[in-house]
Amino acid sequence: MPTLSVFLDVPLAPKTTSKLLDDFQQDEDPNKVYLGYGVCMTGEKIPWLSPVVTRTLRRLIHDPSFSYTYLPEHGLEAFIRVATELLVGRHSPAIAENRIGGVHTIGGNGAILLGAKFLKDWHRGPRVVYMQQTQREQYGPIFQELGFSLREYTFWDTFRLVSDTGKLFDVVEHAPDRSILVLYNSGSFILPRKRWFKLSKLLKKKQIFLFCDIPDQGLVSGDPDMDNKILRYLVAQGFEFFCSQSLSNSFGLHDERVGNLVVVTVSNKSLLCIRSQLDIYARYMWGSPPALGSRVITTILSNPALRMEWKKSLRSMVENIMLTREKMKEKLRLLCTPGSWEHLTGQDGMYSFLGITVEQVDYLVTKKHIYIPMNGLINFTCINYQNIDYITQSINEAILTIGPGPQPKDPPKTEVMADDPESKNLGHMTSESKSLGLKAPGLSAYLHNKK
Amino acid sequence: MAERESLLPTRPSVQRLGRDRLLSPVKDFRIDALGAGAGPGGVRALAAALGLAMPSSIFSDVPQAQPVVVFKLTADFREDPDPRKVNLGVGAYRTDEGQPWVLPVVRKVELQLAKNDSLNHEYLPILGLPEFRTNASHIALGEDSPAIKEKRMGSVQALGGTGALRIGAEFLRRWYNGTNNASTPVYVSAPTWENHNGVFGAAGFVDIRTYRYWDAAKRGLDLKGLLQDMENAPEFSIFVLHACAHNPTGTDPTPEQWEKIVSVMKRRFLFPFFDSAYQGFSSGDLDKDAWAVRYFVNEGFELFCAQSFSKNFGLYNERVGNLIVVGKDADNVVRVLSQMEKIVRVLWSNPPAQGARIVATTLSNPELFTEWKENVKTMADRILLMRTELRSRLEALGTPGTWNHITEQIGMFSFTGLTTKQVEYLVNEKHIYLLPSGRINMCGLTTKNLDYVATSIHEAVTKVQ
Repeated sequence: MPTLSVFLDVPLAPKTTSKLLDDFQQDEDPNKVYLGYGVCMTGEKIPWLSPVVTRTLRRLIHDPSFSYTYLPEHGLEAFIRVATELLVGRHSPAIAENRIGGVHTIGGNGAILLGAKFLKDWHRGPRVVYMQQTQREQYGPIFQELGFSLREYTFWDTFRLVSDTGKLFDVVEHAPDRSILVLYNSGSFILPRKRWFKLSKLLKKKQIFLFCDIPDQGLVSGDPDMDNKILRYLVAQGFEFFCSQSLSNSFGLHDERVGNLVVVTVSNKSLLCIRSQLDIYARYMWGSPPALGSRVITTILSNPALRMEWKKSLRSMVENIMLTREKMKEKLRLLCTPGSWEHLTGQDGMYSFLGITVEQVDYLVTKKHIYIPMNGLINFTCINYQNIDYITQSINEAILTIGPGPQPKDPPKTEVMADDPESKNLGHMTSESKSLGLKAPGLSAYLHNKK
Repeated sequence: MAERESLLPTRPSVQRLGRDRLLSPVKDFRIDALGAGAGPGGVRALAAALGLAMPSSIFSDVPQAQPVVVFKLTADFREDPDPRKVNLGVGAYRTDEGQPWVLPVVRKVELQLAKNDSLNHEYLPILGLPEFRTNASHIALGEDSPAIKEKRMGSVQALGGTGALRIGAEFLRRWYNGTNNASTPVYVSAPTWENHNGVFGAAGFVDIRTYRYWDAAKRGLDLKGLLQDMENAPEFSIFVLHACAHNPTGTDPTPEQWEKIVSVMKRRFLFPFFDSAYQGFSSGDLDKDAWAVRYFVNEGFELFCAQSFSKNFGLYNERVGNLIVVGKDADNVVRVLSQMEKIVRVLWSNPPAQGARIVATTLSNPELFTEWKENVKTMADRILLMRTELRSRLEALGTPGTWNHITEQIGMFSFTGLTTKQVEYLVNEKHIYLLPSGRINMCGLTTKNLDYVATSIHEAVTKVQ
């Protein structure tokens, strides 16, 4: 028996919880605000939960047909069906042709993991994964663990303070053939039709494998059937792709970990083969998925009245977010805060870049007890009628103290030219902020102004 | 630059609250205009228009994996129209009516939880529900465990026993016996639950071996073989041990035999990884079933123990498991858990709540706890009864061979010792479904089908060699 522990050499891993949240929790200031939550919040500072979920939970408890036995490895069939239909539409040609299917997973994370494992084993390519900066913290380790190399890209234009889907062209052009492209929250993709056509041709030419990630369907436009039209387009174009679907945010049922890995392929035969392999990964990862969450969601989605009610609750949630954006912009205008704040309403969904410099972020955190992630991406549902005045006044104060924030403007042409296309890097859009090791939007513009 | 600018349709903010904005966020995007959404022909039509041939899948070399034997057995059983059919292959408890049993205490707690409006549905912490982790670990180790008193244990909530094994395996591959040493031998019993091989293999271990366990001739434990294999195993090998009610043989070492195992494992520096899926379920007594794990802890071992609450709570569907880590001191455990947190982040980020809430509520409330123990005993007693009944019937029929192993084995499963051919006979001629290994689930027996099963086994043994 060794007298020393066999775990003697195990190093202490850095804490996975964010330091920002820790600091926030220890802060005793009554005005403190945390704008970095990963879930929808309501005005009462509690996570949002669609009211129909609570009622369905209560109804299901009296359902005599509820079985407590294991679900199959790939999960609840009925759930996979309704969730997939929600994603690509009931009349999708892929459903008609029986070449779309899913595996019920432990949240979006589990879906990404299963998909990534499959790609590692069966996808022939350079093992390069492109993902948005904002996704890196969550999904980066999964791909890295499996031996993929990560490259970041962003749609956020630090010069013009807008989210620009057109940047995808640069990413795809620079990517090696057969790379994997993770498209996060594609609900807000807007491109003219001709550009879509061009993009899909480019994707096919370079054989880029798409891995879509839909964490909050319906939270972009307020209507789940309107979000993610891009997926319907991809299906119609005959693309083969994966899509990780998490329903935690859309229903507010975070703690039951309901996810779905959707596989779209070219024929029923290859679908069955792919799914049989995914089943094996699931068998040795978690056996089978938990039942409750998927039952609740299946019940809501299959019952027209409940589904309607859910959509209504989602819509009012999104209207609230839009209103908050509007109000915030208005309040900043009334305070005569220097700078343009159009980008607050120009972005979609729960999260948005605030578009202020790292120094201003730092000022807000240290002086005003407003906790904002360094990348400046904030969760708008954390802003409510009680704290909105304090937040806007503090932003105003930060900008007056530190100096004006970045203004929307054209990117400097020289820097664009300076980029070496051979480097196959992320494209010129992110290279400056990346080389500085900082991801704050507005930073490059800020530095540029200083010059 | 002008071109890039034009990619973005102008989006005046005033519109953003308007109804039309809500209804059509993707204005520039018309699938039907492309003629692709118009049904099955769409893709091909479009592909032709683009000048592309209908592509074959980029994954065309992916083979279709074979379904698991148990699932096939269940499917065959379902399709069998014979009224006498019996399924002895299921992996879960069944009542005397052949139905799954919802534990009354689980039902009670569920109703309580459903009424609780203050329940928050935010994500659980990465390591799981704290009340669950503490209470679950105490059940396995015992309240007065030195590991608990000395604060040198910790645990991680997992998705069932499989998930707990997986976290442990992932951790050991990364940090045990060197760094990222996938070649540390992992020993599993012969035979064992097939997931043991699968989970360690999936976690990256390349050297998975078996240790002798079942003596088919004696229909009991092969202690000599087991000890020999332990002696010959390289130092620091990992040994997966069944805490109680060995799956599939139903045969456990006695306390005296465990003592011998412990002395070899100590001397050879072998790492015990317990799989505890049936606590309380085999003898009806929680402490008795946890004896082996507690003995190892008392002997000063550092160990892992994967706990599953699927069987003893009848909560197969909510995936409740717990991985217990016992270390030499608190500092070691803290470091191990910090690494496990990283592993969970990659595996499932954070576990589901419902099952853990049910178990934690039950275990922390003395009244509910007592009720649960009674429920567990009900299940264990039924299994014990079926064992005695089957044995006495076979002996009364004068079926060749000895049948005392049926009552000597414990837990849900029994290794009957029937040959593959005899099993085939039972499946094909008698509509009695069981695994080719001869493993039967005692819960598949009911007072109604006992006679039929016993006479069928008698027939199989006498007719088929």
